[in-house]
Amino acid sequence: MVTDMEARTQPKAHATMLGSAQPGAMPPGTGEEPAPPLKAESRRLSFHYGSFKALKDVSMPVHEHRVTALIGPSGCGKSTFLRCFNRMHDLYPGNRYDGQIVLHPDNTDLLAADVDPIEVRMRVSMVFQKPNPFPKSIYENVAYGLRVRGVRNKNLLDEKVEESLRGAALWDEVENRLNEVGSNLSGGQQQRLCIARALATDPEIMLFDEPTSALDPIATASIEELISELKKKVTILIVTHNMQQAARVSDFTAYMYLGELVEFDKTDTIFFKPRRKETEDYITGRFG
Amino acid sequence: MDSASAIDAPRGARLPTVVSDRLAKKYSRNLKERAIEALLFLAAFVSVFTTAGIVYILVKESVVFFSQVPILDFLTDRQWTPLFDDAHYGIRVLLSGTITSSVVALLVAIPLGTTIAVYLSEFASPRAREVAKPVLELLSGVPTIVYGYFALLFVTPLLQALIPSLPGFNLLSAGIVMGIMIVPYVASISEDAMRAVPMSLREGSFAMGATRLQTAMKVVVPAATSGIAAAYILGISRAVGETMILAVAAGMQPNLTFNPLEPAATITAYIVQVALGDLPHGSVGYQTIFAAGLSLLLLTLMFNLIGFWMRRRYREVY
Repeated sequence: MVTDMEARTQPKAHATMLGSAQPGAMPPGTGEEPAPPLKAESRRLSFHYGSFKALKDVSMPVHEHRVTALIGPSGCGKSTFLRCFNRMHDLYPGNRYDGQIVLHPDNTDLLAADVDPIEVRMRVSMVFQKPNPFPKSIYENVAYGLRVRGVRNKNLLDEKVEESLRGAALWDEVENRLNEVGSNLSGGQQQRLCIARALATDPEIMLFDEPTSALDPIATASIEELISELKKKVTILIVTHNMQQAARVSDFTAYMYLGELVEFDKTDTIFFKPRRKETEDYITGRFG
Repeated sequence: MDSASAIDAPRGARLPTVVSDRLAKKYSRNLKERAIEALLFLAAFVSVFTTAGIVYILVKESVVFFSQVPILDFLTDRQWTPLFDDAHYGIRVLLSGTITSSVVALLVAIPLGTTIAVYLSEFASPRAREVAKPVLELLSGVPTIVYGYFALLFVTPLLQALIPSLPGFNLLSAGIVMGIMIVPYVASISEDAMRAVPMSLREGSFAMGATRLQTAMKVVVPAATSGIAAAYILGISRAVGETMILAVAAGMQPNLTFNPLEPAATITAYIVQVALGDLPHGSVGYQTIFAAGLSLLLLTLMFNLIGFWMRRRYREVY
């Protein structure tokens, strides 16, 4: 419990220091605790859009019940990497994966040819850049994932919808308007609705692809708070353009550039004591 | 006036009225703009004027007709025999043929058209779509008279093999072929509506572990409801207004029936018959085509209004 609190509050404190951060200044309280267990890892993962190689031999761990942020300049492959985890690339022809993404504890390779991408997506859910509620009621939006799995039991659906909306900190706002269309909500509410939708199926990993880039600062803050809360239940991977956001919400950070993983480490280490010069240049704003 | 004197001019004096060439109004351009504006207005006006003219003629001639045939008889009489000595003018007879054939056509066109649209928009590979769509649209380029003979000489014998009692002229055969004729319209417009659904919605659905079919039926089709409804309405309007197929294959016997296995005349087929010259110009019988035309216009107008209302009611905001 105490470590949880620390994990959530520490990066925030550091973020305020970022402006004057001295690369190499060692923040207190990092580096001693043992690394948490692995939830997934990519092993020598390469990805091709047709003939374009968008990811080059990326090997990276994803720790359980932690937030891992992917940062890097536009076109560096961070979204491409994220979308490998739920096989979103399968939707478009001409895409090819090489390498593995192994999901623990069962050691399944998500990218294996005999793995059903639909099963993968049931275990790894996703929240997109722009809120994309379906043209259905709030209730049906949240129940969608269960409905496509064939759940018909009304009590179970009611229960899961409420639980998910509470999990996404939206229940109190929509409790009395569950039958209204989802697109009537504000942008931030819509994004929380999408989070509730992704939560309803009890995923093991949640992918966030720049979830706040279409939102105002207040809505952004509430989503960030939510992400910190959600990691108690699920493992989170988040792509973000906003380095302060990475510093605020994540426990681990990966810096990517031109399809390669440049550096992966604890967020504090990446932001205050990066090993690579390229990372430091990007973090300090000398590049990107 | 040279520039030096302009600068030296005392305070309050008028500034020189010389406007640089770049800023000066160009009268030739101004004129061109106005000419184009007038042309565009004229184009818009012609179509509105034509519509108004059609309505005017229909109403005016119908007034003449209704001065001789009470409107109540027109609406309630169960016979349509303008050519007989004992003339009856019951529009319900022609309406029944129109409605029956349209219903048959829509029973063919809506399921088939929607299925094709779902396939083309959600399942077909880009290459399959590239081939299938132009071929489908070719279907709408076939002259309706050809469809009419296709119905009479091919589909009717085929149906007669299944239903031996089927007469040579019947609404079923004409309706089925009319449905095939409408399929491209329904499919094409529905597909456009489905393709306009943003990819992000599909991705959201796939990311929830939905299959392609689930995504198509639970997300894409509901999101495209207004466009699909518009396609159906257009299909209905086409069916109600279709003439040649019915004139050729359904027989032109006025017949108050909702049984597609019987021959019957539709409003349009009747108008063709009269326009071909069986009745003397100016007779009451001749006036009937205006009353029939007006009825047809009101019918399609009603469907267009329903379509308009549905579009507003179910319009989705993405």
